[in-house]
Amino acid sequence: MNKEYETVIGLEVHVELATKTKIFCSCSTAFGSAPNTHTCPVCTGMPGSLPVLNKKVVEYAIAVGLATGCEINQYSKFDRKNYFYPDNPQNYQISQLYLPICHDGGIEIETQAGTKMIGIHEIHMEEDAGKLIHDDWEEVSLVDYNRSGVPLIEIVSEPDMRSAEEVIAYLDKLRMIIQYLGASDCKMQEGSMRADVNLSVRKLGSKEFGTRTEMKNIGSFKAIARAIEAEKARQIDLLESGESVVQETRRWNDEQGYSYAMRSKEDAQDYRYFPEPDLVPIEVSDQWLQKIRGRQPELRDQKYKRYVEQYGLPAYDAQILTSAKKLADLFEEAVKLCEKPKKVSNWLMGETMRLMKEHSMDPEDIAFSPVNLAKLIVLADAGTINGTVAKEVFEQVFANDIDPDQYVEQKGLKTVNDEDALRKTIAQIIEDNPKSVEDYHNGKEKAIGFLVGQTMKAMKGKANPGMVNQILKELL
Amino acid sequence: MEQIKTGKNVISDQTIEYVGILAKLELSEEEKQAAKKDMERMLDYIDKLNELDTSQTEPMSHIFSVKNVFREDVAEHVDGGEDTLANAPERKDRAFVVPKTVDQ
Ligand SMILES: [Zn+2]
Repeated sequence: MNKEYETVIGLEVHVELATKTKIFCSCSTAFGSAPNTHTCPVCTGMPGSLPVLNKKVVEYAIAVGLATGCEINQYSKFDRKNYFYPDNPQNYQISQLYLPICHDGGIEIETQAGTKMIGIHEIHMEEDAGKLIHDDWEEVSLVDYNRSGVPLIEIVSEPDMRSAEEVIAYLDKLRMIIQYLGASDCKMQEGSMRADVNLSVRKLGSKEFGTRTEMKNIGSFKAIARAIEAEKARQIDLLESGESVVQETRRWNDEQGYSYAMRSKEDAQDYRYFPEPDLVPIEVSDQWLQKIRGRQPELRDQKYKRYVEQYGLPAYDAQILTSAKKLADLFEEAVKLCEKPKKVSNWLMGETMRLMKEHSMDPEDIAFSPVNLAKLIVLADAGTINGTVAKEVFEQVFANDIDPDQYVEQKGLKTVNDEDALRKTIAQIIEDNPKSVEDYHNGKEKAIGFLVGQTMKAMKGKANPGMVNQILKELL
Repeated sequence: MEQIKTGKNVISDQTIEYVGILAKLELSEEEKQAAKKDMERMLDYIDKLNELDTSQTEPMSHIFSVKNVFREDVAEHVDGGEDTLANAPERKDRAFVVPKTVDQ
């Protein structure tokens, strides 16, 4: 029965911009401070205070617009969206309704059926609200205005997506573009990227849209996929049983796996927009636009091509390394230092990925410096440390960003290339393990492995494996 | 200013009720009647303005011919918390206290 229906999805994505200060005042946007530290009369809506626009916000918004194929409104302005809620001390949010900074763009996503263009209706600038914390002990809520006035862009897509898979691909692509631009870190868990999902269903082949619902602020890609599946099923059930879908805002409860209609704030969805009288219009000259265009960094698709062509990396490596700006930056910095692209790629794709998975980390959480990765590669490549030791040292680099040169020196991990010392140890091992020696002479090649192991153990893993093999065979 | 006498517009009880809800105002019956009169006169005034032919006029978004007033992205305040909280009707530690909100 689901096959007869088509799901139509549009997204409103809010992204917190990576500026140092808020959109209309010089309060810091830093995370993790005590409640209300970063506040002033402007961002707490004190009467008589006047907002002044942060230029960087305009530049980031335009950069995202250009990277997503949008037209830039060279004449743009702000409007007031009026609503009462304790997270909004002014009783209005300064946003853009009539002349948003960017419009009519789109990005291509990869789907199982091939490449698909998802239209972007508009991108506008606005301010974030404060944070409400519920008091566990009393029937009250606590308000922290540190996020109030933090700059946001809202990216409004066309209703071009037809499945959860397409939605995730779109979000992923968007996140990547914005991260590459440095306009935001786009961390869904920390709320610097949030998505509202507008969804309706219609009979396959129908040209008209069904009634849509909106699900607000879903916290992760996985939760979005689950919310979409559940809402699609709910709407189809309603229609199949002869009922109709009500246009409303719903909240998705990911733990319980269902959504419910929101009341409260949404009771009166009448925002009575009007032009913001406290802010003057923005006129983006051709020159300014050109300057921003000239500063656009290399985006993923270009980077991917360059990694294959310039560094001779396999397509698979280039794909993974460019999948997060953090990885790409680490790669390029480390290669600059050690000039061994494939080795750097191997460490990033192998051990780094393994440890990230082990600690459930995102690439953005990687804390080691390219300098220390490059040093490690140089040590391993010169044979100063062997492969086993290199992995050990890398774990320290990964966890504590230690300096491999110092670490290897202090812990005495250098490969022992001293042939005499090695000969003595091996002679002893042979004497201690007559059974293995006999096995070896009887044609059991595997026995040599055991003897190599014993030697490495005796040398605390620091022996040069090539040398161990060679001397062993000689002495046997 | 020309006196507006036309009086074409009528604000219904329903509308004044709705506007009151949006503005978070509780109005007495007398206040409602007075507000209705005011709003009717405002709408009449707008009707009067609409008599002007503006088909050749560019829409104006701001009354001053000023544009591009910007700040550089440099942080200034260190900690505005105490000043901000001085305005809190009720506070708990460093936060404002408000009646419990739902659905957040
Ligand atoms: Zn402020």
